[in-house]
Amino acid sequence: MYVAVKGGEAAIANAHRLLADRRRGDRSLPSITIEQIVAQLGLAVDRVMAEASLYDRAIAALAIRQSRGDMIEAIFILRAYRTTLPRFGYSVPVETSRMLVERRVSATYKDLPGGQLLGPTFDYTHRLLDPSLLRDEPVEEALQRDGEQEPVMRVSDILSGEGLVEGDGDLPAGHVPGDLTREPLEFPMARDLRLQALARGDEGFLLSLGYSTQRGYGNNHPFVGEVRMGEVEVELDLPELGFAVSLGRIQVTECQMITQFKGSAKSPPQFTRGYGLVFGQNERKAMSMSLVDRALRADEFEEDVVSPAQDEEFVISHSDNVQATGFVEHLKLPHYVDFQAELDLMRRMRRDYDERSRKEPGNDTLEAAQ
Amino acid sequence: MAPGVNRNPSDMAPERRREAMGLLAKATRRELEQAWAGLAGRPEAELVRGPETGLVMVRGRIGGGGQPFNLGEVTAARASVRIEGVVGHGQALGTDGEKARLAAVFDALLQLPGHAPAVERLLAAIAARIEAEDARKARETAATRVDFFTMVRGDD
Repeated sequence: MYVAVKGGEAAIANAHRLLADRRRGDRSLPSITIEQIVAQLGLAVDRVMAEASLYDRAIAALAIRQSRGDMIEAIFILRAYRTTLPRFGYSVPVETSRMLVERRVSATYKDLPGGQLLGPTFDYTHRLLDPSLLRDEPVEEALQRDGEQEPVMRVSDILSGEGLVEGDGDLPAGHVPGDLTREPLEFPMARDLRLQALARGDEGFLLSLGYSTQRGYGNNHPFVGEVRMGEVEVELDLPELGFAVSLGRIQVTECQMITQFKGSAKSPPQFTRGYGLVFGQNERKAMSMSLVDRALRADEFEEDVVSPAQDEEFVISHSDNVQATGFVEHLKLPHYVDFQAELDLMRRMRRDYDERSRKEPGNDTLEAAQ
Repeated sequence: MAPGVNRNPSDMAPERRREAMGLLAKATRRELEQAWAGLAGRPEAELVRGPETGLVMVRGRIGGGGQPFNLGEVTAARASVRIEGVVGHGQALGTDGEKARLAAVFDALLQLPGHAPAVERLLAAIAARIEAEDARKARETAATRVDFFTMVRGDD
């Protein structure tokens, strides 16, 4: 018999009030502002924007504050928020070749047009705790260097001059970019849809998968052709005017990963590429994404699919941390009726087992079980 | 475009309007509010659409230059106004509907010969501010450029 029960309203209301109290914490401390989160915890904001697949720094910072710094909770809140807004349209594709570059490094060429620009990086820091940050000490302004700045040429364009690297990535003529916010996922999927899924995928999951390809679970020997980070224009077509206008700029990180390929019956030996593009400043994610993108192209290059990172359905079905947390965390919600049914079944199975055991005394299995 | 030149709204070159709308999108709300407050003979602006907040799906290109793919969404606000029979459109990243409305007002004013010079002054100020910020950022990035040098190897 199924009996509906009610209750818990007061407990839930009080729990949420307690949550708000704990979120505010010690009232003798000033409360943190959205502007402070955007300015001083910018990379946390960027990660939330990337995995929520929604670029808005102020709103991401609000979600981080609301979630007490729980990143996946913040991402979840933004995903819920976006469903309340109408879609104005699709942008003109952003041109990363025209990025206002704040950082660009290449592991394949030492001297290249535009140079190695380190930008605001943790690379080459010693990862030692900095006690000066315990206090609110003044911080020097950044140094500036004058002089002509040369265009920052794409590494893939340098290599393609020799014909030794594959092109940027073509799909059949007339292919409409898939949009996983509009259609349910179906496998196998085209590379464009995979990239959309990876761009919003969980950073930790993609990092681990990328790492697994380096350790031999997948057929990769990658080089970072380049990583670049900076601002690009977002342009939207205005049908009433008949042209596209800029809505402003967003910051993105792009990674071009280059991988050796010995050739197949269909293609000559050449370098192949994996691509990563992520909202905000997030090099680890962009690099991981490019490794996984390349691994998932196994079929294109007639490679054997033998490792998790090459398995499209496995990777894409499990890369979304909002879906993952929803299914894992729902386990803690009431399953009283489900469990009652399981308990009843378990009792019957145990009774049958005990009866059988009594009929066959001296059964070893029974002793082992007790 | 010389200030005060008499022209019809339809005479405005699309490229100039496109550029102007891009600058208005990058303006701060404060810049637009101050320009509006300083405007002589502020005309009546009738709201035609919005302001409304929504999403634009940002597209990237596979490999940086290949087929488009959907990267993720960005918030945007937009509004349209009518001033003296001329419609202006405003749109910008973020959720500031009032900024979008003001951008629409200046887009309309730019098409009205009597107001265009004031809008041009505003656009020039926005462009100068952005240029200065970009140049500073570029100089800060340039200071982190690696200058490689070859070590001279000793003989003994």
